[in-house]
Amino acid sequence: MALKLADYKTEVHNDWCPGCGDFGILNSIQMALADMQIPNHRATIFSGIGCSGKTAHFIRTYGIHTLHGRVLPFAQGAKLANPSLEILAVGGDGDGLGIGAGHFVSAGRRNVDMVYMIFNNAVYGLTKGQASPTLKLGMKTKSLPQPNVNNSVNPIALAMVSGFTFLARGYAYDVRHLKDLIRKAVEHKGLAFIDVLQPCPTYNDINTKEWFQGADNIDPHTGKTMPRTYKLEDTGYDGVVHNPDEINAKMGQVIEKSNEWGDRIPIGVFYQNEHVPTYIERIAARIPNYVEYPPAIQKIADEDGKPVTNIDSLLNELRVDKSG
Amino acid sequence: MISKALKAGKEKLCSSEGGQVQAMAQQKPVSKQNSKITNSLSWVIGGAQGSGVDSAANIFSRACAAGGLQVFGKREYYSNIKGEHSYFTVRVDEKPIRSSVDEINVLVSFDAETVFRHFDEVNKGGAIIYDSDVVGTTLDEVPTVDYYAAERIKKRLEERDLGITVKDALEYARLRGAVLYQIPYFQLLREFAEKVNDPSLSKFTRMVNVMALSASMSLMGFDRQVLADAIRFVFRAKKKIADLNVAAAMQTFEYAEKFDRAGFYYQLHTKPPDKDTIVVQGNQSSALGKMVAGCRFQTYYPITPASDDSEFLESNEILDINNAGSPSKGSTVVVQTEDEIAAITMAIGGALTGVRSATATSGPGFSLMAEALGWAGINEVPVVISLYQRAGPSTGLPTRHEQGDLHFAINAGHGEFPRIVIASGDIEESFYDTVKAFNFAEKYQMPVIHMLDKAIANSVMTCKMLDPAACIIERGQILQSIPASEQRGIAGNYLRFKLSDNPITPRIPLGTKDGIFWNTGDEHTEEGHITEDPEIRTKMMEKRMDKLDVALKEIPDNDKAVAYGNNDSTGITVISWGSTKGVVLDAIERFESQGIGIKFVQVRLLNPFPSKLIESMLEGTKVLVDIEMNYSGQLGQLVEQNLGRSIDYKIVKYNGRPMSLGEVYNALRRIIDGQIADNENRDRNGHASNGIPRRQVLKSGA
Repeated sequence: MALKLADYKTEVHNDWCPGCGDFGILNSIQMALADMQIPNHRATIFSGIGCSGKTAHFIRTYGIHTLHGRVLPFAQGAKLANPSLEILAVGGDGDGLGIGAGHFVSAGRRNVDMVYMIFNNAVYGLTKGQASPTLKLGMKTKSLPQPNVNNSVNPIALAMVSGFTFLARGYAYDVRHLKDLIRKAVEHKGLAFIDVLQPCPTYNDINTKEWFQGADNIDPHTGKTMPRTYKLEDTGYDGVVHNPDEINAKMGQVIEKSNEWGDRIPIGVFYQNEHVPTYIERIAARIPNYVEYPPAIQKIADEDGKPVTNIDSLLNELRVDKSG
Repeated sequence: MISKALKAGKEKLCSSEGGQVQAMAQQKPVSKQNSKITNSLSWVIGGAQGSGVDSAANIFSRACAAGGLQVFGKREYYSNIKGEHSYFTVRVDEKPIRSSVDEINVLVSFDAETVFRHFDEVNKGGAIIYDSDVVGTTLDEVPTVDYYAAERIKKRLEERDLGITVKDALEYARLRGAVLYQIPYFQLLREFAEKVNDPSLSKFTRMVNVMALSASMSLMGFDRQVLADAIRFVFRAKKKIADLNVAAAMQTFEYAEKFDRAGFYYQLHTKPPDKDTIVVQGNQSSALGKMVAGCRFQTYYPITPASDDSEFLESNEILDINNAGSPSKGSTVVVQTEDEIAAITMAIGGALTGVRSATATSGPGFSLMAEALGWAGINEVPVVISLYQRAGPSTGLPTRHEQGDLHFAINAGHGEFPRIVIASGDIEESFYDTVKAFNFAEKYQMPVIHMLDKAIANSVMTCKMLDPAACIIERGQILQSIPASEQRGIAGNYLRFKLSDNPITPRIPLGTKDGIFWNTGDEHTEEGHITEDPEIRTKMMEKRMDKLDVALKEIPDNDKAVAYGNNDSTGITVISWGSTKGVVLDAIERFESQGIGIKFVQVRLLNPFPSKLIESMLEGTKVLVDIEMNYSGQLGQLVEQNLGRSIDYKIVKYNGRPMSLGEVYNALRRIIDGQIADNENRDRNGHASNGIPRRQVLKSGA
């Protein structure tokens, strides 16, 4: 029996603010899971802390709502102990790029085969709207006492230089497009990152839904609104590294495109490189049966509880009497 | 007021505070017939960090053990890669030994600093082997001797109106009765290079450690074949190097055979070793335990002295498996993380899939793990933390020893959640305790902190062959499939944290069919969703904390605390935990040989605290002495808090160097002498009020 969208929903009351971009993202994730027909129990959603952290509770898969900033190491731990699990990690921009920035960079270096999504709204919503690492310098969102004094980080460029091998940006209200991005990210071999532009209706009064959709951006010729987001794929952009020789050129265009902001904001796949071995492949190169017989399923004791690990060769090294 | 007895005691005894060292710990009296002590000595080799002090000590330990002797060795070193003074002390005996002593019987050196650092520790009848080329070196010419040490050394030399050269230091030792043996290392090396027809002398200078060691073995009359075998064993990975070292060692061995042994007491005679004896290092035993326990996932961030644990696992990541029917090879995945926060959270992530998962760290790293510890607590995730303590706070003395983290291990993290804290007393125990740590973690579904320390990690000892067959694996309640009859909650949710009479509810590995649950650091419902409901909160707190009562009921007494010795005659009990076990046992054994019975209670389970058992062990105790390697006597405080019984005397130490047998013996002696003299004179609470300090601070160590 085919799994339906409803099969991925839970009964938990969703207490995000009305109009929150998170709803769109949640829908996209559930649609992607249904699209790919991933059995509920084979997937685990790991989430960080903040509004986005609650996502895990709204999806009927295993759901692990972790600590502020630590979603990536929790998620990597599970994936490395059992590579057959489908792991999706989600969190906010403060969670992933502020308190968790060290883990973000280190996760890139490992390239563990899983997906990480940042719900990027440029503010710390649940603590009442402080500036997050993605808020532009000088911006003064609603609850800031003073304009933002820090420069913003470029999540896609940071992910790229850190070693993520799939880089995409989605928009919370373009649910179908985001669903397709998630699907591509899951199917990607390696660590995939999706930066999701997510209007916070309560605390970010600058990058609002209307702003993204160009309510203030009128085409002087047609008099119509011009949405700020546009799809890279519609412009003929190709982020896929087809051949390792192209890596530098492809990375160069990621820097250029990910810096675009203001009236034109690209969404879509910025970069994909499957030529980098995943962490799982790197371990499997040393431990031949790692993928088929990973830590999570190894038998460690017999029926009577006797350990089955044989350390005789190591103990014999320590033995002082070599004659026996 | 110092009692007469104490005064008398002072005359008899050395003062551990004064830094005066006396041959208190000498195992056997010198026989008048031949002035020789056979198979009982304390041997020290020193040198610059990176110059092979460790290898030489490993060879020595290995050789003695292969020669049928028991060894106990400890390594002291600076937080430094190359150049600072490091040294390795090895005690050798025919019976098992568990502690080190202050005095040196054989000091092996090949640089000036080792002589300066240790010349006043060598006893009468002992020996110093030194490099003839450094005798003219002055103290001021050794930059790694810092100001404070240099001032102390100068003062010591001034006592005898001596100058500040190596020669003066040697003279000081000679006046105290040590015998001096000089080795012209450079000349011997030159001869060696000519003999093997290789002019590249500089590469041979790396063998000076083995030459020095070999000279000492020759001096003690050790079997040269056993020595050669030990060298080959330690260099077994590189045959060429092994051959060169053996050849150089034998050349020095022969050179030293010509030494005049008059006045030198010590000799080592080999015998066939016991078949089941091993030489094991403290940084291997817990890792070996992890393999047997089935720990297949370990994370770590580099930190002294914990990294060796993880590196040993990674070096041996592919494991032989006994059982027919399952793959013949298993494996441990070891992940080096970006910090200790990632280490603990990744270990927890792994544990959620059902694997036995651990991390190994020391104080600074454990501090970073505090928040995640609470997450594991509230979500009932089994995870083991091997906490190799070192001297704190902050970076503290990063390569030195302390037991300062007991209260922190018990209390780390905000809020209240259950955890088990256990402490091993020695290398051998740490192997078996490691398996138990995982059993406790899984049976009671909570983090287990296994406390070890630098003294254990950087020591080496002979012990009985570790026995994996004596271990049992208990995985507690874990379901690989969910029975159809399982009672479910709202929307058919599986109830991972079901509230019932039993606080322990089955764990489900991620990926299990029909077992979907949620975890959150927030307070949760039975299925694991966020809740702030006051009733559920109360019940969930109780569910979690009740598991500690179950643990306390089920954990066998031997894993809670062990009592050694008999104090019927004195009423004196020593209480301690962790690696002080060895020195306390050796000290009470010596009192026993003098007819003075002291009981020793080694606390092994620190949380939940086994108050009842300890209370019963303390029955009949008139004088309770707390011995710990920290400032405040943290176990003593736990005893006071949990048993409502005060500690009579504290013997503490916090200079970063493990307690020596001599100083523990002397501190106890002081208490005993005071007690005996003053048994009538007690205060209102029945405590002795004899002027013996309630708290003695030990200070020995270089």
